[in-house]
Amino acid sequence: MADGVKPRVRVPKEASAGEAIQIKTLISHPMESGQRKDDDGNTIPRSIINRFTVEFEGENVIDVMLEPAISTNPYFEFEATVPTSGTFVFTWYDDDGDVYTEEKAITVA
Amino acid sequence: MQITRRDALTLGAGALTLAALPMPVFAATADVDAAIAEFTGGAEMGADGIILTAPEIAENGNTVPIEVSAPGAAAIMVLATGNPTPKVGTINFGPLAAAQFASTRIRLAGTQDVMAIARMQDGSFVQASAEVKVTIGGCGG
Amino acid sequence: MKYLSTTACVLAVLATGAWADPDDDELVINGDIEIVTQTAAPAHLEGVMDTIYSGWRFRSDETQSVQADDFDNPGMLGVEVGIDLWNAVEGTEGESCASCHGSPEEMAGVSATYPKWNEEAGEVRTLTMQVNDCRENRMGAEPYAYDKGDAVNMTALLTSVSRGMPMDVAIDGPAQSTWEAGKELYYTRFGQLELSCANCHEDNYGSMIRADHLSQGQINGFPTYRLKNTKLNGVQSRFKGCIRDTRAATFNPGSPELIALELYVASRGNGLSVEGPSVRN
Repeated sequence: MADGVKPRVRVPKEASAGEAIQIKTLISHPMESGQRKDDDGNTIPRSIINRFTVEFEGENVIDVMLEPAISTNPYFEFEATVPTSGTFVFTWYDDDGDVYTEEKAITVA
Repeated sequence: MQITRRDALTLGAGALTLAALPMPVFAATADVDAAIAEFTGGAEMGADGIILTAPEIAENGNTVPIEVSAPGAAAIMVLATGNPTPKVGTINFGPLAAAQFASTRIRLAGTQDVMAIARMQDGSFVQASAEVKVTIGGCGG
Repeated sequence: MKYLSTTACVLAVLATGAWADPDDDELVINGDIEIVTQTAAPAHLEGVMDTIYSGWRFRSDETQSVQADDFDNPGMLGVEVGIDLWNAVEGTEGESCASCHGSPEEMAGVSATYPKWNEEAGEVRTLTMQVNDCRENRMGAEPYAYDKGDAVNMTALLTSVSRGMPMDVAIDGPAQSTWEAGKELYYTRFGQLELSCANCHEDNYGSMIRADHLSQGQINGFPTYRLKNTKLNGVQSRFKGCIRDTRAATFNPGSPELIALELYVASRGNGLSVEGPSVRN
């Protein structure tokens, strides 16, 4: 696993049913593009987060395929609606097979 | 229409200045075309109903903020037409996406057109492009 | 043929620099911390400049906005690591930063006064030197490598809790000779390009150097997350790079020269808010 990978998510704690809520995510990751060379001139192998998904109680919000052109520490901002109280599950898939997840509960008043 | 000597000089100066500007790096057009064909299957693309927001001038190509929005889209693909590999990412929107909108930060290898193509829920395609001028620091530091 | 002259004008403006002065934007972080990005220059700059500006004011709107929200600011990733370091027991004495100092918030205001004279040691110390002194002599731990990962993460934590407070380094008393040495370095031309700090950051701030908008070179925003290398950068590493770019044999972080220069440059920003970790290009 790449060193120091840590997901961060910002979701409001409460919302009303059907309201559009803003979600921000950022995961610390070098997103090594495979285009760079080290000091000895050897190509540094590609190592990126290649997929990022967000689900709420089993239903999909977004599902993103990432390429090496996404910047270091991948950042996404998007909008979701929630029908009921429940939990968001955020999942990042690393080239090396590692999977990082984060969960956030939201209360619908 | 007559071109005066002064006009000719002005034109010449303009052409020289343009020639002195750094030339953008282009990915092979074939790669861009292939990525588009893979996503659209060669379908015609409209231009309405999609907005791509990107800075006109990026202070550094390593981290360029972009935003895409296409109400009613099933998916949006983003291409950096001047990168060594043009694909940037594809966002698929699920039933709980409140808007077909996303914002992220991308890498651009140089001044180029960024392109966003949306596949709408009815299977049609729309696209938008924006030129981003990528600058580099004063002393390279 | 009118359009021809218009084209010529546009090209001329591009060539001489489309931007000039700092912009008029205001910075409030998290909708809460008001940052002073423009204020009257400190007394010692009388006759040199009237107003000092944070480097934030010279950046594009896109870069500026990244610093306005801690979630958007990738420099805060370093602060998070800094919190873990703060609470970690290390060394032979069984101590952590927290076991003496409490929460990081207890250190609010501290970073604004560094570099600072240390009476016991009889020297001017940067914040990094002070952290390393604690590690070696109180914790019995290895010092951090100067301006490397953990050193910068720790200083980012310490500046983050001081954000919004005015830079206030002392330049008189026992610190004065170090300050004078730093001032001399600031005005010394280095390298094959024969450039001093002042040539760019005092004489030409607001102008374009190639495609870059020259700032006053203020350091109230360090450590700085640079879009260029996508990591937190310590101030002395930035000095090293800047002097290297004049094509000079440069100084290393932690050297007496850069310690003196840091004190002097910090004092040129007295009155601007602490901003670290800031975001720059």
